[in-house]
Amino acid sequence: MAEAPQQPKKSLWENVQETQLWQSIFRTGVPVTRRQRMMVVLNNVFLHLHPVRLPKHAVKIKYTWCMGGLSFFVFLVLTITGILLMFYYRPTVEYAYGDIVDLGEQVPLGIMREIHRWGAHLMVITVWLHMFRVFMTGSYKPPREFNWVIGVVLLVLTMLLSFTGYLLPWDQLAIWAITVGSNMAGAVPFVGASGPGSALLSIGDVNFIHSASDARFALLGGRFVGEGALLRFYVLHCIGLPFVIMIFMIVHFWRVRKDGGISGPT
Amino acid sequence: MDAIKHLINVLCTPKIMFTVLLGTFFFVFPPTDKLYAINRKLKINLLWTKRGGVALFTSLLVFFGFGLTDPNFRLIVTKADNVPIVGLMFLTAFFLWFSMYQASANDQNLAEGKKPNEHADAQEKVLVWPDLVYVEFICLLLASALLIVWSIMLKAPLEEPANPTVSPNPSKAPWYFLGLQEMLVYFDPWIAGVLFPTVIILGIMAIPYVDNNKAGQGYYSFAGRKMAVSIFLFFWLVLWVFLIVVGTFLRGPNWNFFGPFEFWDIHKLEALTNINLSELVYMLVLKQRLPENILLREIFGFITVFSYFVIAPAILAKTWFKKIYAELGPLRYSIFTVLLLMSISLPIKMYLRWFFNIKYIIAIPEFFFNI
Repeated sequence: MAEAPQQPKKSLWENVQETQLWQSIFRTGVPVTRRQRMMVVLNNVFLHLHPVRLPKHAVKIKYTWCMGGLSFFVFLVLTITGILLMFYYRPTVEYAYGDIVDLGEQVPLGIMREIHRWGAHLMVITVWLHMFRVFMTGSYKPPREFNWVIGVVLLVLTMLLSFTGYLLPWDQLAIWAITVGSNMAGAVPFVGASGPGSALLSIGDVNFIHSASDARFALLGGRFVGEGALLRFYVLHCIGLPFVIMIFMIVHFWRVRKDGGISGPT
Repeated sequence: MDAIKHLINVLCTPKIMFTVLLGTFFFVFPPTDKLYAINRKLKINLLWTKRGGVALFTSLLVFFGFGLTDPNFRLIVTKADNVPIVGLMFLTAFFLWFSMYQASANDQNLAEGKKPNEHADAQEKVLVWPDLVYVEFICLLLASALLIVWSIMLKAPLEEPANPTVSPNPSKAPWYFLGLQEMLVYFDPWIAGVLFPTVIILGIMAIPYVDNNKAGQGYYSFAGRKMAVSIFLFFWLVLWVFLIVVGTFLRGPNWNFFGPFEFWDIHKLEALTNINLSELVYMLVLKQRLPENILLREIFGFITVFSYFVIAPAILAKTWFKKIYAELGPLRYSIFTVLLLMSISLPIKMYLRWFFNIKYIIAIPEFFFNI
């Protein structure tokens, strides 16, 4: 009887890679060859945000500062920690403050609120620095003008997200900062009760724009920062603004690719 | 020691600090060829070398190190919510230096007829996996580590429960809006809180459409786009970051100004003797009573504002801004000058307040219309 040819012994790792399960998940295998490295980017929906190949300057930290990517990453961190916080937090005047206290005292290993708060600060900073980098490299110039506009919308939304989140702990800092901020809404020309021209919108002695019908009231759901404002800011913070910012982010990322990829010297 | 602190306190008063900033800014970031030549002559561009960077950072660190020995300074700088702003200051300084460092190297290259430093790299293509994914992964890990360490070291602050009947003094907006709150000192809410933010947002959006200079795309540069960079940095550094720093660290009870080493005394009094332009003209110059008719009363204000926003751009187009007008064309030029004049109106209002005690140019409190 002839001896079977000596098969090289396979490692566990190689065996795992040959299973149907593994191959169904990772179609391209471990990206070792050039072809595989291209395929892994093309086949993966998340990696596919990127092109397959880039000019070398674009992968250098000294050019991009990685600030755009970090902004997105911090946004994801904030989404995850935000979802966790929503399990504990009830947006009512009665419970809000107590729930925040409990988060610090009752929840084991509770640094979610810290990560969320410092992450929010960090995101504002990274978005600003991203804008700064894009400006200094002249990357807003044609054909990328419109993506700069989208970027400005994202900047505003980032600050609005931070602003709406400011109220939720329902402490003194929260309501007074929001009071200062939302007073501005009362000063909008024509539609704010203390804005110029609001007195003009009246018939006889009847004012259409007063403190219970103006822009500030619409924002706060009341004449002052109270129950209504807390609920509105909560919904805006957790659902409304994230929804809007996601749409603009999708457009922003898409346009980076469609407007010719990352900027570079010609 | 106290003398130094006192000196810094005095130097930090808005009048002096802002004037120094305005006076030096356009030499450090020269918008025109003439100022650029002076900048070179004074060797200010040495700031954007490695040695300049070290000097910049050392002085910033020395100031903070020195400051932290003072209890008043420490109290406000180490407040948990102010930590990001200290971070912002250092990051802004660093990235400002870093971008200008690369920009001046590229300017040098271009002046010698060479290509910018990014150019050689841009010719070579690399694969996203692993070259970019790897960089991103490291950034992401570092950011996560930073956030986790920050969160463990520093508890998220929580103040007393909300109480609508007790307002803290000072009541401050979130830090990224403090530039706007600072403007409230000089403008009414409808301008500082509504008009200006809207114009700022629209103005930033308009940058790519107004700036039709093709130079300097895709690499750091300064010399080829002096005007654009100078104006942008003026907004970003002076009217945005600087005002935030002032609003956070130097504005105390009653929104009074306090030096970095000054105790936040709630009883500090600042005389308010502001008058409106109409009162100045009619009562102090013409020595008569204010007219009853609103339009007649505010006629000088209307003339001032009209000539500022309509006549001034037209005159500028024929004189100083002749070249800009030729480059931009009428529509771009109009948008550019109106935005520019509007932003300059802030420093103008500041100086009118500080040196002439003027509150409003146009004051029609009957309709909440004050400028």
